[in-house]
Amino acid sequence: MTTAPLETTTPIAGPGLSHRTIYWIGFCVIMALLVIAPLVLPAFWRRFLTEVLIWGLLAMSSDLLIGYTGMVSFGHSVFFGLGMYGAAAALLLFSPPNLWLAIGFGLAGAGAAALFVAYFSTRLRDIYFAITTLIFSQIFYVIIFTWTAMTGGENGLIFTRPHLTIPFLYDARFNGATMHWFVLAMVTASFLILRRITQSPFGAVLQSIRENEARTRAIGYPVQLYKIVAVMLSGLFAGLAGVLYAIQNEFAAPDFVYFITSGDTVIFNVMGGIGTLVGPIVGAGFFQLLRELLSRLFGDQFPYLIPLGVIFIVMIIFLPQGLLGFARRWLNR
Amino acid sequence: MSAASDPLVQIDELHTYYGKSHILHGVSLQVGRGEVVGLLGRNGVGKTTTLKTIIGLVSPAQGRIAYEGRPITDIATHRLARLGIAYVPEERRIFRLLTVIENLRTGLDRDGVSDNRKRELLDKVFAYFPVLAERRNQAGGTLSGGEQQMLAIARAMMLEPKIILLDEPTEGLMPRMVSQIHQIIDALHQDGVAILLVEQNVPLTLAASQRIYIMEKGAVRHHCMASEVTVNDPVIHQYLGV
Amino acid sequence: MDAVAGFFQSIPIELIIVQTINGIVTGMILALVASGLTLIFGIMDVVNFAHGELFMLGAYCGVIVFALTGNFWVALITSALTVALFGAALQIATLRPLVGRDPLTTILATFGTSLILQNYALWQFGPVARKIDEPISAQFTLFYLQYPWYRLVIAGLSAAIIGGFWLFLKHSKFGVWIRATTQDRVMAQAMGIPVPWVLTGVFALGAAMAAASGVLFAPLAGVNHTMGLDWVLKAFIVVVVGGMGSLGGSIAAAIFISLLEAYASIWVSPAQAVIVSFVVLILTLLFRPTGLFVPTPK
Repeated sequence: MTTAPLETTTPIAGPGLSHRTIYWIGFCVIMALLVIAPLVLPAFWRRFLTEVLIWGLLAMSSDLLIGYTGMVSFGHSVFFGLGMYGAAAALLLFSPPNLWLAIGFGLAGAGAAALFVAYFSTRLRDIYFAITTLIFSQIFYVIIFTWTAMTGGENGLIFTRPHLTIPFLYDARFNGATMHWFVLAMVTASFLILRRITQSPFGAVLQSIRENEARTRAIGYPVQLYKIVAVMLSGLFAGLAGVLYAIQNEFAAPDFVYFITSGDTVIFNVMGGIGTLVGPIVGAGFFQLLRELLSRLFGDQFPYLIPLGVIFIVMIIFLPQGLLGFARRWLNR
Repeated sequence: MSAASDPLVQIDELHTYYGKSHILHGVSLQVGRGEVVGLLGRNGVGKTTTLKTIIGLVSPAQGRIAYEGRPITDIATHRLARLGIAYVPEERRIFRLLTVIENLRTGLDRDGVSDNRKRELLDKVFAYFPVLAERRNQAGGTLSGGEQQMLAIARAMMLEPKIILLDEPTEGLMPRMVSQIHQIIDALHQDGVAILLVEQNVPLTLAASQRIYIMEKGAVRHHCMASEVTVNDPVIHQYLGV
Repeated sequence: MDAVAGFFQSIPIELIIVQTINGIVTGMILALVASGLTLIFGIMDVVNFAHGELFMLGAYCGVIVFALTGNFWVALITSALTVALFGAALQIATLRPLVGRDPLTTILATFGTSLILQNYALWQFGPVARKIDEPISAQFTLFYLQYPWYRLVIAGLSAAIIGGFWLFLKHSKFGVWIRATTQDRVMAQAMGIPVPWVLTGVFALGAAMAAASGVLFAPLAGVNHTMGLDWVLKAFIVVVVGGMGSLGGSIAAAIFISLLEAYASIWVSPAQAVIVSFVVLILTLLFRPTGLFVPTPK
């Protein structure tokens, strides 16, 4: 019996850490900071951060369409609003108010709206798509605003927050910290799912549609079907944001269905950097922070949207890729 | 062999890119006042790009373009047109939905042109192209290919240009029309208008031009008087032969 | 069938005629607003989100000039000119830098502008509505109503402005420039047409039309900072239904939708009559997405 010469092959280590490692380390660091936040921040800023996360989720959902499929939608106010009203419905109709039922109703409402809007608007391209989604958001606004019996009309609906219930494990009222963590958990889960989607074959087709729709169709993909699914997915996550907002603030109002909310969403996207998923969250934070700063410096009555609008336009002209746009490729690997 | 000592248009070492593609690799040429200069070469060598760079539709990455001695690389296209550089593109590109008269008006309605002068110019152009006079109120899109080519040249003449950049005027035209184009080029030359003629039709180019340049792969490879070569010349075969 | 016939017979014919006139009046204002929008979109490929705000600014400008001079017509003309200049400045500052970029960026830029203008108006003028007096307060008897002459004047003036503009486009030098630029921007430049200024001019014209509509509309319902939003949305619907980029289509669609809404308000409140325009939009998108009043492309 001859013993083979002892050969140990050591894998050649590349210089430094791999992309995956750096990405996930960064992710964990940020997550850790966000988890600790409610314990160290004063109540106002804790709430602020929670709301930024919710708007960030809304903006992230919109990024799936804008950044990855190349479709600018002004209809997200509908999905957000119906998520809100759907949750309101569940919380008002069923006693005791159940958290998961609220989420379910909200998602169902947003999904249905998304399907409806998608069916009509995906027939058109580009600008026409954007305009049509805008018009639809206003249609829903008018319906909600005038159907007072169902939706409370102008005044909206008020309801009580459900308990945070994890079946068999936990049942207690939300407090500031647990609310924040719950929202963080939902937003993080959404981020991971959306990231998975953008990196899947489905996501690759979406990006192909963004790059060259005609060619994608020529290759044989049913482009309109993909677009409808994209809008629906986007709508679901936007609806989730609406549910979270409703639960946190305990009211639903037609103001949020007005197209201005859609406009704000697009602003978060552009400021943060489209096509990055995290960019829009940063954009939402940046916007809210500026707004807070301006109102502290110049008082509550100051029309903060004027300087914000100017910054927005200046960014479109000189920094169209947004705050995180420069890292777009890196963030998507 | 060189043009007059103060050329009308002078191009030196022009480099242009389209995205990452390097189209023009250091093109240099001259057109003297009132000269007809031919620019020959196979498809895709950069002849049209050269014309487009002169008229400001393409920005050069490197190189200089001078018109009447002044550098013009930073001047906008519409200003260049008013300074006397007219462009007649490959596909003619007349305004299809405007009438013949309206097409002509786009070049005619300039500052500093009196109504009398406008009438004179119109009369002159209708004398050159009686067919256009007949069809003056018809929409440009209803004209035949040859008539559209005439309109394109007539329109350029409305600018009272010092030089016309003429891109493949005989493409797709019948032989009868080709000789008509030759006559027009001669008439313009008599009038003192310089022409930079890009063409695939070698006999026409050699007959109509005083000097010719031959381009290959984005640069000028050969330059001589038109009288020095014939259609069957080895040089012609080398760069343009089938 | 008898029940249906009975139903329609129960509506007094006078009401239908009055609503027809009302529909045409609103339709003409809407047509004027939508024309400006179509003009800017058709020639510049820009979806002008700020169009409603230009309408609103025009109305406010009218209020100010009217307070100074007491003359409605001076207010109308001054307002149109002022907003035209402002529109030109706006185009040069925010849209010229974006020429050649993704058309999406212009939607975003004009959206940003509309936010700024709306909030500026709220800040400067406050939330309380202002009013302008009608220049002609005489009324005439239409059946059982005292119908204001002014409303007919609005319709007539709007039609005159649109008609005047159409003539301008067809016959004047600038009209030829605009049409040439629309068809082939590159060759227009090669013909010496100063295309960047043509685009600025077109935007200014569209802005002037919006401002004029605003002043004309002001005596009817008052002026406040949100008035632009409702109109711009309807104008967008009109533009889509009429066929994007088609001037004739926009006008036809404006009158069509306004008439339907006027008839609908016989039964429902005006706030709900708005649903009519939404239904028309949905039907158009389903069956003739290129526009109801545009010949179907081959």
